[in-house]
Amino acid sequence: MYITERDGVFKGLTILAFCWAVVGPLTMKFFADHGATVIRVETSKRPCTMRVSAPYKDNIPNYNKGGYFNYYNSNILSLGLNMQLPESREIAKRLAIECDVFMENYTPGVIEKWGLSYEELKEIRPDIIMLRQSGYGSWGPYSNLPAFGMVLVPIAGLPNYIGWPGKEPLPVGVSAYTDCISPRFATAALIAALDYRKRTGKGQLLDLSQFENAIYFIAPGVLDYTVNGREPERIGNSSPDAAPHGVYPCRGDDRWCTIAITGDDEWASLCHEMGRPEYVEDPRFTTLADRKKNEEDLNRLVSDWTLDLTPEEVMERLQKAGVAAGVVKNTADMMEDPQLRKRNIYWPMEHSEMGTFTHLGQSFQLSKTPSKPYSPSPLLGEHTEYVCTKILGMSDEEFIDLMQKGVFE
Amino acid sequence: MLNHCRALDLTDDKGFLCGKILGDLGVDVIKIEPPGGDLSRRTGLFWHDIPDPNKNLYWFAYNSSKKGITLNIESAEGRDIFKNLVKTADFVVESYPPGYMDKLGLGYVNLSEINKGIIMASITPFGTEEPYRGYKDSDIVVMGMTGTLYQTGESDGPPVHISMPQACLHAGADAAVGSMMAYYYREKTSVGQHVDVSMQQSAAWFQANAVPTWELNHKILKRSGAFRAGMSKQVGQRQVWPCKDGYVFFNVIGGRTGAKSLSSLVAWMDREGMATDFLLNLDWDNFDMFTVTREEMDNISNPVGAFFKKHTGKELLEGAVARGVSIGPLSSMEDLLNDECLNARNFWKKIEHPELGESITYPREFVKSTEADCSTRFRAPLIGEHNDEIYKGIGLSQQDIQKLKQDGII
Repeated sequence: MYITERDGVFKGLTILAFCWAVVGPLTMKFFADHGATVIRVETSKRPCTMRVSAPYKDNIPNYNKGGYFNYYNSNILSLGLNMQLPESREIAKRLAIECDVFMENYTPGVIEKWGLSYEELKEIRPDIIMLRQSGYGSWGPYSNLPAFGMVLVPIAGLPNYIGWPGKEPLPVGVSAYTDCISPRFATAALIAALDYRKRTGKGQLLDLSQFENAIYFIAPGVLDYTVNGREPERIGNSSPDAAPHGVYPCRGDDRWCTIAITGDDEWASLCHEMGRPEYVEDPRFTTLADRKKNEEDLNRLVSDWTLDLTPEEVMERLQKAGVAAGVVKNTADMMEDPQLRKRNIYWPMEHSEMGTFTHLGQSFQLSKTPSKPYSPSPLLGEHTEYVCTKILGMSDEEFIDLMQKGVFE
Repeated sequence: MLNHCRALDLTDDKGFLCGKILGDLGVDVIKIEPPGGDLSRRTGLFWHDIPDPNKNLYWFAYNSSKKGITLNIESAEGRDIFKNLVKTADFVVESYPPGYMDKLGLGYVNLSEINKGIIMASITPFGTEEPYRGYKDSDIVVMGMTGTLYQTGESDGPPVHISMPQACLHAGADAAVGSMMAYYYREKTSVGQHVDVSMQQSAAWFQANAVPTWELNHKILKRSGAFRAGMSKQVGQRQVWPCKDGYVFFNVIGGRTGAKSLSSLVAWMDREGMATDFLLNLDWDNFDMFTVTREEMDNISNPVGAFFKKHTGKELLEGAVARGVSIGPLSSMEDLLNDECLNARNFWKKIEHPELGESITYPREFVKSTEADCSTRFRAPLIGEHNDEIYKGIGLSQQDIQKLKQDGII
């Protein structure tokens, strides 16, 4: 099978990754998309939860046809190993010595069970860098608690900021919002660790907790509690610093726009755009304080205006007038978004089981070393032979012998 | 780990987190604000609700581990001083409107002429491309353009915004990642580069399974309130459940992924006499959320819901930890501060604010390293707090500094 030559920031860097769910691959994609060789160890005995999650190609559940998995794993190589066998664990150790980084985000205890703890690996590779990224940290009272993003979101307290006063708290988006938080922190730390080893010769263990990382996304609320003793309140779409501020209904089925007004000048611009200049002088709405006090009336009259327009019309007209406004985009809108298309967030690639399939690209751009789509998401075990013979330098005899023992999958 | 590096942080609230991450990794981060202080100091939450720019909690949260100076980079003299600082720096991070730094002669091209290895990250609301290049932003507007807002809320109501700003955090964190990548490349080649971050793109990066669901099934995943969409062919799945004193989040997940957690929950319910025959006889290993029927779902949800209602969030969390059940009670801030796991891992750190006469509890660190302490080091800077130290460091005298102050440059 053909492996594209890689370039970019991490050309030449190799990572052995015991990835799980979305957090693992998203972290690894930062490296793989910039040229690193990321070897993801998988087993068909217990395929990644994403491989067995909907949607599937042609609605047929199959771990090589999962849209969830295949969306997040481009540029990553798959090594199929039956980790129940001692030979497989030996291969993992040989790779740990060979690779620059050992990464894992399983529930703590799994890699220990396989004899791949930091202490054990350090014995065979003294300058090893290990990145651990479990839900609650690799040690501590919750380390056995299975972690899912859907559960981490509430434990970290995020839904306290989502919902209407007096109604139930709500989850963020489709699910598992915290899955995109930890990968950023982990990547910054891992690059720092690689640099540190280059300068000092010392490896290290990096231990991240998705729970702890998620709290950074509500840190001002933490301080509001530790300083002012105030618990968060659900305030719908309002803001203490802006009015109008919210989501307004537009023409069409489930179409909405956003408008956010902080200054009185912007309020005047909105009034003119709405064709209601008399509101500028209306004492109910003169200052932010007035508009906050009469927010219900204010939102009603803004809605009366937006209802006859498409969200695109509202956005274009208001933005031209210098007012912050946007379309509330659904997934179909997102994939047509002119900005995101130019910025290459989606990578259509040819996948042997999926056909032409959109893979996730990168979230920012580097001017001299762009991220690139090198290879589609792997089939389970697709790169086993490549990894064993080309990276580990196994002879054909050894490879065949291990294959016959059931080591590979 | 990065104590040998320096960053100049010109961001407003669109990009604070970038410098915060670099600062916690050891970088000497210098926040550069216009004289009088950054405007973002003036809105949001305040220490004891006193609206003083030196008491802003949003500022505190994301500018700790940074020093601070003031500098008017729009003045010719200010620009020269800035260029001198760039000679001493590895990173520059800014969040001015697209083209602003170029117009001042301080864009990446200009700065790289002064310092070939400089790494510059720019955070803008929508990127530098048309049509949205000049669009005005606000967190709700940007989040609306990421898919997440549309997907959040009750199924029969409007999309609902996360009232704590998020797009700036995705973008700030990405700017840190991009800057670190550029640094890694520079250490190999001695060449710096520009990191271009759009808040929209950063916050749109993660959409769970929304994109493949649209592509494969032509189905747009919608917000579904307390119910989770998209996992099953036909049945919505409850994920927010009332418990005795609040709410708990829990997903029914079958197959090998969820079997262990579900069986443990049923065993726990059984011990309290609340497991039904249906639950006890269910083969969780082969239970498939994809093909589950409404009746089966009700047979699960009703007893599970009753069980949650009988217990407090704290009881459910303790039981979940002991039994390995994946349930998530909604934590209040009080819960987080008292959380057993966070405290065992020493996650909270008191940081001194001498001018306020007190110490404030902060999140300590985002990573535990066996080689370096990545704890938040010190509180966020007051306006112009480190002017003397930093300007003297690039050879200015006390008189020079005095003069700059009089001229309104610093």
